[in-house]
Amino acid sequence: MKDTPAIALMVNGKPASLDAAPGRRLSEVLREDLGLTGTKVGCDAGDCGACTVLLNGAPVCACLTPAIRAGGADVVTVEGVRDIAERLQDAFLRHGAAQCGICTPGMLVTASAMLRETPRPNRAQVEEALGGVLCRCTGYAKIIEAVMDVDPVSIDANPANGGAVGAAMPRLDGAAKVDGREIFGADYVPDGALLVRAIRSPHFAARFQLGDVAGWAGDRVHVFTAADIPGANRFGTIPAFVDQPALADGFVRMRGEAIAVVAGPADVIEALDLSTFPVNWEPEAELLRTDQARASEAAQLHAGRPGNILIGGKVLCGDPKTALDTAAYRVTARAETAYVEHAYIEPEAGAAWMEGDTLVIQACTQAPVMDRDETAQVLGLAPDQVRIIPSAAGGGFGSKLDLSLQPLIGLVTLKTGLPSRMAYSRRESMSSTTKRHPSTMQATAGADADGYLTAMVFDGDFNTGAYSSWGPTVAVRVPVHASGPYKIPNYHAEARAVHTNGPVSGAFRGFGVPQAAILQETLFDDLAMAAGLDRLAFRRLNALGDGDRTVCGQQLFGVGIGDCLDALAEPWQAALAAAKGFNATNTQTKRGVGVASCWYGCGNTALPNPSTIRLGITADGHLRLHQGATDIGQGANTVITQICADALGLPIADFDLVGPDTALTPDCGKTSASRQTFVTGKAALLAGQALRTRILTRANLGPDAVLSLEAGQIVVTDGAQTAHIDLSSLEPDTNGYVLSAEETYDPPTVEMDENGQGSPYAVYGYGAQMAEVEVDMTLGTVKVHKITAAHDLGRVINPLLSEGQIEGGVAQGLGLALMEEYIPGRTENLHDYLIPTTGDMPEVQSILIEKPDPEGPFGAKGLGEHVLIPTAPAILNAIRHASGARIDTLPALPHRVLAAIRAAGEAS
Amino acid sequence: MPAYFRPDNLNEALALLAEEPVTLAAGCTDLFPATEAKALNGPVLDLTAIDGLRGVVRGSEGWRIGTLTTWSDLCKTDLPAAFDMLKQAAREVGSWQIQNAGTVAGNLCNASPAADGVPPLLALDARVELQSAKGTRVLPLGSFVTGVRKTALQPGEMVTAILIPAAAGAGISRFRKLGARRYLVISIAMVAGRLVVEDGKIGEAAISVGSCSPVAVRLREVENQLLGCRLADVAATVDADMVARALSPIDDVRGDAAYRTTAAVELVRRTLADLAGEAS
Repeated sequence: MKDTPAIALMVNGKPASLDAAPGRRLSEVLREDLGLTGTKVGCDAGDCGACTVLLNGAPVCACLTPAIRAGGADVVTVEGVRDIAERLQDAFLRHGAAQCGICTPGMLVTASAMLRETPRPNRAQVEEALGGVLCRCTGYAKIIEAVMDVDPVSIDANPANGGAVGAAMPRLDGAAKVDGREIFGADYVPDGALLVRAIRSPHFAARFQLGDVAGWAGDRVHVFTAADIPGANRFGTIPAFVDQPALADGFVRMRGEAIAVVAGPADVIEALDLSTFPVNWEPEAELLRTDQARASEAAQLHAGRPGNILIGGKVLCGDPKTALDTAAYRVTARAETAYVEHAYIEPEAGAAWMEGDTLVIQACTQAPVMDRDETAQVLGLAPDQVRIIPSAAGGGFGSKLDLSLQPLIGLVTLKTGLPSRMAYSRRESMSSTTKRHPSTMQATAGADADGYLTAMVFDGDFNTGAYSSWGPTVAVRVPVHASGPYKIPNYHAEARAVHTNGPVSGAFRGFGVPQAAILQETLFDDLAMAAGLDRLAFRRLNALGDGDRTVCGQQLFGVGIGDCLDALAEPWQAALAAAKGFNATNTQTKRGVGVASCWYGCGNTALPNPSTIRLGITADGHLRLHQGATDIGQGANTVITQICADALGLPIADFDLVGPDTALTPDCGKTSASRQTFVTGKAALLAGQALRTRILTRANLGPDAVLSLEAGQIVVTDGAQTAHIDLSSLEPDTNGYVLSAEETYDPPTVEMDENGQGSPYAVYGYGAQMAEVEVDMTLGTVKVHKITAAHDLGRVINPLLSEGQIEGGVAQGLGLALMEEYIPGRTENLHDYLIPTTGDMPEVQSILIEKPDPEGPFGAKGLGEHVLIPTAPAILNAIRHASGARIDTLPALPHRVLAAIRAAGEAS
Repeated sequence: MPAYFRPDNLNEALALLAEEPVTLAAGCTDLFPATEAKALNGPVLDLTAIDGLRGVVRGSEGWRIGTLTTWSDLCKTDLPAAFDMLKQAAREVGSWQIQNAGTVAGNLCNASPAADGVPPLLALDARVELQSAKGTRVLPLGSFVTGVRKTALQPGEMVTAILIPAAAGAGISRFRKLGARRYLVISIAMVAGRLVVEDGKIGEAAISVGSCSPVAVRLREVENQLLGCRLADVAATVDADMVARALSPIDDVRGDAAYRTTAAVELVRRTLADLAGEAS
């Protein structure tokens, strides 16, 4: 077949020979032909830098390099970096610079080239060198710190027995992330796997008929359509609303919806021109905005959802109408936010194969048990006939809670009996998977003469797109949270999830709360100013405290918002003074300061969401933690082990982690709703305590005894007394453990009534952020100089990982505020859809506050979503302080900021 | 498998080009993003093995930027201050990775309205050398790029060099790019400016604006008005309407047309103010 000579080159210092087409992407050749899967493919367009390799010492995107160019050249991938780069790997681990790890190879390779030219770079040099590698997790801060700190340091990474909780230890699963060994969705290819591609709708709404599919395919290509699906061709994350076909059957409700899959040998499938697939489309008028979809004459996307309303949520307390009528100060505002793309650097990918009668799917995911159950449903299998092995997830942020390719590769493998694999293109990932809900919101708030909040009403339409996904969660969560962490005695909030023919809006870090906070926190600036109060003081005055009741009537304890706001008091005054000084002498740009709060209930909203942790010791003295919570970079593998270690009383170094894997780990639920540290952490605490009790009982020693795990035995010491438990003499259980514990924890909540009164969450987390910005008064550009972020974690399990969460959340909040807008059909790539680069990030100062929660493990609260919520409103409030521009349509792109500056100038 | 040609001399390349339509490949930083395929769609004529087409050479008539010169090559070349704007633009093209692969000439051939290379090269009075098996012709850059994704390249022709006349090597220069983020960004608007200052007055001005019209443009009217102007007055001399008249911006995802005009005017003023500051 090949009519070109082999390409001879050096790869990682060794000679290699490639039998590849000359024009093939070098990234493909390295991964597929040489098995060097450390080189990641994020966009195939040079927009993300994940595939960076050194070509004769110079960093290039392997995806943009024809294989022939490597002929006679020296290629270095992450697997082959030496010297400086090895020290860089250590620095990345030490600084927590790798979270999910998908960008890490590109970062390391690029940074190694820079360090060879500039061994002691300054910050600006690092930012410029790494400007072409996108990271969606870290906010770049720790990456830049690591690159500036590569001198060898010998540290004992593992904390001692009893000192795990609170230790700033590097992530336990970090080594594979920095040396290229980590296996992400696209990195495992079973022998003989068929390559799978999907045929997707180019229309937002259309009916279609398939033509001569068999004739088009020929004998080497399998084609499967809706007619081939053996089970119920419907999936969805919330059982009552399941509505999304795995393969559309006769009509599509959104662009990017799959109507068929093709599978076969890779070279055959790659060569197919999918635009020639025999399908006759009959496009229909599409509804893309919620106002269009709610209009009385609008077509209905789904039967039984009149007005295209999927569901509404409501919270009502007191008499807001009367309270607003009599308020001393009253303000009203509106806000509109855009579709926001998760933009993880790893497009959805995975593989499927049969193990006996069991269908095994290894793919990137945040929710293995949900994947198992939903995939089984679509494929007509029992749940125990499907095994889900989560690969490393190269970022998720909510979107990888939903099924994507699982039913597609599952169908191919089930039908053919052969292994299969699939990796979404960037365009496919962006057009077919979920987004943050666009919102159109209005609100009015009132305060009395002393500045105390008396009432608030809020109403919002959330564009939930073509299918339900997590729309119900957003509609229910928003009214609960739209008050912010403040005492408001009279309150009425409603939110609706409205279907359109836009992309499916699902879960994205915060489930609608970030959108609501954008309106509520900018509105509260209006109110503070109307009342003549300092904006921070107004928030402190109204902040919830211990024993206060929320708008749902839930009484709270361990409330840390006051502490967070107090922590900002000094920086606030200093920043205000600095801005005033700057503005006195500058006209081209103006500086401003803004503040915003957040609160966020951890776990499902008044619904069960248990986690189960199993812990066992084998006869030969191995301690295994079955940890089923997917670690998508946030650090669950590390944090849950830290909690378990101190609960049990053995050092981290003794632990072997098992899972996640639906065949090996009990259900720890989904990685969402900031629940893993709290819920799975609590299960780990209980399991650790239970196993400890079992050991102490067997040793017949007191609760303060010290454990140590030695070869084949546990040594228990209590003062002068020592007991030895000979493990080999004990009988193993069905799981192979001689001593074990399995504990389940489900947060206690109280169902909400028709007015949203109840106790929807067992634990809340709190935070407040202050933004310092500089606005160009003629160009409308905004530079965020600093974010000071005070977050109440209850108990800080791991300060290093906590800071990483904050910095990453700030980056996503900054993107939401200033640049991110997904326009279906127009921004399906990472050069038209912009996320922050190294050069866009402000300094982030994290202030970790510990106001213990009565329910959380060691007092801990969730953090993952909280960190994103205050950033955008704090930036918007700072822009207004600087320039007078009140932005009500996001993102605050330069042309919008400039228009708002001019509008403010005309109004004043 | 589609044909993939990678000759090592120009004559062979031109002969191949004369025979059949082929896609010319140099840095590939625009070719690969245009396809989701795992390999370039053929037939492809890969120019990168041809000797003598890479690098910047100073001759008696000016500078010759070989067609395979990458942005990184350009940055590493010792050039007079008139080229500063081109080097500044080079560092704004995509990322380090892109600059190591992408070529200056390819940026022109791709003919994007937002091509970072076009405004500084216009302000350097660049000309484009085209060769085919039949011969060679030279076009001013303004005539080479004819529209959005359109050039004057005829079948059988390729760009072999960008030529900068010796006279354009005079003066000081500056490039400013405005985007919605710091790196890896497509411009909302950009300006390149070159001034020759004589006795504290403007002796020659070359100013161009990109991303505000289908093809980047020189602001001839503004340039003429600046001639003889005192250095301290250059920024204030710029007439907003005069700048706007030269532009035909569009609304797109990055910004609206009115904003682009406002931004272009401001960038022109700031570019001139920077240069005035540097010269005084």
